[in-house]
This record gives sequence, C-alpha cells and structure tokens, in this order.
Amino acid sequence: MIVLFDGFAFGMLLFVLSVGLSVTLGLMNFVNLAHGAFGMLGGYVALVTTRELGLPFLLGLPAAFVAAAVVGIACERTFFRRLYRAGELNQVLFTIGLVFVASAVAAYVFGTGQQPIQLPDYLRGSVEVAGVRLGAYRLFLVIVALVVTALLVVGLEHTSFGARVRAAVDNQRMAQGLGIDVDTVFAITFALGCGLAGLGGALAIEIVGLDPTFGFHVLVYVLIVVAVGGLGSIGGSFAAAALLGIGDVAGKYFVPEIGSFLIYLLMIGILFFRPLGLFGRR
Amino acid sequence: MAETVIPDDGPQRWLRRQSRWTAWEAAFWVAAFIPFFFFPTYLTLASQIAITALFAVSVDLILGYAGVITLGHAMFFGLGAYCAGLLTKAGWGEPLSGLLLSGTFAALIGFIVSFLIVRVHHLALIMITLGLGLLTLELANAMSWLTGGTDGLQGVDVWPVFGAFEFDLWGYTAYSYALAVLFLGVVVSRRIVHSSFGLSLRGIRENLGRMPAIGSPYRLRLQTIYTISAGIAGIAGALLTQTTETVSLDTLSFQRSADVVVMLILGGTGRLYGGIVGAIIFLVARDQLADMNPQYWYFWIGLLLMAVVLLMPKGILGGLASVAGRLRR
Repeated sequence: MIVLFDGFAFGMLLFVLSVGLSVTLGLMNFVNLAHGAFGMLGGYVALVTTRELGLPFLLGLPAAFVAAAVVGIACERTFFRRLYRAGELNQVLFTIGLVFVASAVAAYVFGTGQQPIQLPDYLRGSVEVAGVRLGAYRLFLVIVALVVTALLVVGLEHTSFGARVRAAVDNQRMAQGLGIDVDTVFAITFALGCGLAGLGGALAIEIVGLDPTFGFHVLVYVLIVVAVGGLGSIGGSFAAAALLGIGDVAGKYFVPEIGSFLIYLLMIGILFFRPLGLFGRR
Repeated sequence: MAETVIPDDGPQRWLRRQSRWTAWEAAFWVAAFIPFFFFPTYLTLASQIAITALFAVSVDLILGYAGVITLGHAMFFGLGAYCAGLLTKAGWGEPLSGLLLSGTFAALIGFIVSFLIVRVHHLALIMITLGLGLLTLELANAMSWLTGGTDGLQGVDVWPVFGAFEFDLWGYTAYSYALAVLFLGVVVSRRIVHSSFGLSLRGIRENLGRMPAIGSPYRLRLQTIYTISAGIAGIAGALLTQTTETVSLDTLSFQRSADVVVMLILGGTGRLYGGIVGAIIFLVARDQLADMNPQYWYFWIGLLLMAVVLLMPKGILGGLASVAGRLRR
C-alpha cells in the first residue's frame, strides 16, 4: 500500500515534469530535449527565492514557473522558432547543445554539488489518512499534479485559447487566415511548456535532488513518459507517469536486482505493441 | 547530400563514377600519417579519434544514409568492447580474430534488435533505441560478476598484432592498428553506400512510403544495414578495448551515444567523411578545452553545436561543399 502510494507520488512528480514536454512536443512537434534544463532552471530559482531571499516555499513554486516560462519565451523568440521546420534531428541537437551550456552555467554559478531545499514544517513528516501514514510532501505532490491536470485539460480543451492552439498546430496557414496570431499562440504555448518544466524542477528537488546534471538526468524519464503516454495527450501522460512511477518504485522495492531497468523494459514493451504510445492519436 | 543527376550513360557506370576515389580523400589519408611525425605525444588521442571515427561511420550508415535516428548505438560499441575484453580474459588475446569475433557478436545482437527497429518510427524509434541502450548499460552494471561493474573489466591482456607489434606506451602500434582498421571500415562502407543497395537506403530515408511501391523490400534493407552498422560499431568498441587494455561501463553510456551523433552532425550526415571530420573536431576540441578548464569544456561544445545547427544545418562538410559549389559557379 505504501509502495503503491510512493510510486504514485513519484509518478505524479514525473507527470508535472513531463507534461510540459507533452505540450511542446505533442502539440507543436518540437523535440525539445532542453526540457530538463528548464526544469533545472526552475529548481535553482526555487532554491534562490526560498534560501537567499527567505520567501516561503509556496511562493518559490510560482516563481520557478514564471522564471522558466520567461526564459522559455526568450529562447522561443530568438532560436526555436527558426527550427520549427528544420527537422527533428536538428532540433534534437540544438536543444542538447542548450543543455550542455545550461549545465555548465549552473556548475559555474552554483557549483557541482547537490543543493538541498528547506521545506516548510507542514510539508515534512507524515499525515495519517484512513489509517495509513503517508508522507506529507508526497501527498502535496499528488495534489499539485491533480490541480495541474485539471487546469490543463480545461485550458486546452474547453477554452477559446485552447481551440486556437490546436488550430494553429493543425494548420498554420488556415489559422492565420482566420485571424489567429499564430506567432503569439506558439510563444505562449511554449512558455506554458517551459513553465511547467520549471514547476516540476522545483518540486523535484526534495525527491531526486538538484545538481548541474539535472537536465540530463531527468530527460530520460521525461521522454519515456511522453513516448509511452502518447504525444499531445495529457491524459496519456498522466496514465503513463502513474504507471511508470508505480512500476519503478515497486520494482526497486520488490525485485531490487532488476529494479533499475524494469522501467526501460516496460517502455520498450509498450512501444513495441503501441508505437504511438498508450493514448497516441496520430 | 550529393546532387543526384540523371545518368546519361547507364546506371552502372554512373554508380562507378560516384564511387571513384577523389583527390581530397587521398589527401585525407596521407594527412592521417601526420601525427606520427609531428605530434607523437598525441598518438593516444589520435588512436581514440580513429576509433571514434569508425564508430561515427557506423552510425552514419544507419542515421545519415537510411535515416534511422538512434540514440542508443553505444550499445553495440560497448558489446564489442566487452566481448573483446572477455575473450582475452578467457585466454584468447589474439587481436585480429578478437576484433572479428566481437564484430560478429555485435552484428548478431544488432540483427536481433533490427526486428524491433523496423517496426517503429519517429519518436518511438528514438525512445526504443535510447531504452535499449540504457537497458544494456543497466544489465552490464547488474552483471558485475562478468563485467566488473563500475570498476570496469580488469586484467585485459592483448597479444601483439601479427605476433610482432607489441602495444607500446606511446601508442605507435595503437594508432597504426586503429588507423588501418578505420581505413578498412571506410573502404567497406563506401562500397556499401555507392552500390544500388546504398541507393535504396537513401530512398528509404527520402520517402519510406514509396519504397514498397517500387518493389523494394525496405524492412529487409533496413535490417541488413542495421546489422552491418552494429557489427562495425562492435569492431570499434573492440578496438578501444585492445588499444587501452581495459573496458568500463562508460563504453555503453548514453553520453557516448549522444556524443557520436553530435560528432556526426558537426561533420555532416550522409557523407562518410562527415563522421570522421566531426570526431576529429569534437575530440581535439574536448582535449584542448578540458586542458584549459576541466569543468566547463562542455559549455563550448554546447555553443559549437548550437552554432552549427543554426548556421550550417548540413554540418561542416555540407557547409564547405555548398560554399565550394557557389564558388565554382
């Protein structure tokens, strides 16, 4: 039971980290391997706001979101928009280059060591729910993830902005003809994806730690979630993240000998039978 | 990519003309001897470059020519490396046969994996290659009784090449040996890409849907080239084992897969020398930058990558070729 919950909480962390990529990669078809770097940025921003500026942790999270989103827009305006048509390989390489640079900058500014984050008291310890003691922070993770999911589903599927995004992605010229400002829509969508990465990065410090290799470290998990879930499907990412999180934690708990590669086996198996992912539509 | 002009004197002769050795290639191989005379202290680095270049050529065969994006090719490199290392541990240190056996082993695994590869495309393909690579790495880590785990494989003992040339401290033998194998690998690869089989690979890359329509069994073609590429990567890995007399988990790492793709793009995909030039630039740059500042060399590699993608989307060789083409007109 506790394994199930811990796995689910880990899965929810993966979900928050990866859903932004699902937005940029799935909706905009931009292979953004720098996603983890935006997560790292969010992590460091949360660290600075809470430790250096002394702001509460709950303010650090939105700060991480905003900072990553702003940097995301800046990158999109200057570089990424030139690469939309450049083919996946060039996108992969450019963004990997970005991760290299970001990681070196982080090492320069913050040093190569692990950076711990100070959690407020109410997020430490554990809470008893229905007779089971659950880690307070993990419960918090689950709640944040559920809120994010609800906001995203409503925002992308039930608002006019969401409709504009999907129109701009499906047929740029047609969307332009209808008077949609495709440039702005893309910029905002990209910012949303990067901001979510930043939020995920800030949340991840407590569980996986934060150091300059964060961008690479997290990338693999994030890509697995997106690929298994199916591109552009928020529900798919949610299901995949939960499944992989539980699988990973349970594997490490019950069969430690093969626990570390169970997650890859799962992914390969799923992609072999469903190359588009569990909920892939295209 | 070389411009495809309609042949006016029959396809066979056109293919033969395409595969003719150019003066540039000859000059390149002559230049490969420079380190012996002018940079003898860098011979170890030079043999590393030759090995990595061979690895890059193997990746170019499937990525540059057949258009299969892979992020896990280090799997075959590492399998070859461990196979060669374990052979010497088992008492068979003869280098040439060790090389062949390791290449065959990697090719065999590549053949098995190729059934997976031809089923999927795009993101799923990238993820499956990535996943297989990581899976192999974790397996090697878990089977530390066989592989030595994170300590690496110790006690690799390689016999002299041809029973006469001992591997020396300065790397004279290592570089000559690696260079000779690289040369053979390039000869074989250029024979492959300049054949009708090579042309069908390009067809697969350009338009997958059209190949079955013109009666080309694209799955078989992809499986064949993937197997060959895995074999060459395995040979490159075995070379590394034999010249350094040690094997570490690092040969299987994602980093190595990513680096080799980076080199390939730097130099230019779809041209055999792209990978070689990329390997030279990447490894020399890394060596020099790491000398200057061991912590931040990847900052410059990252900048270099971004600049190449933005300014020279076809890689350095592709950029040079288009400049040359413009000058000629």
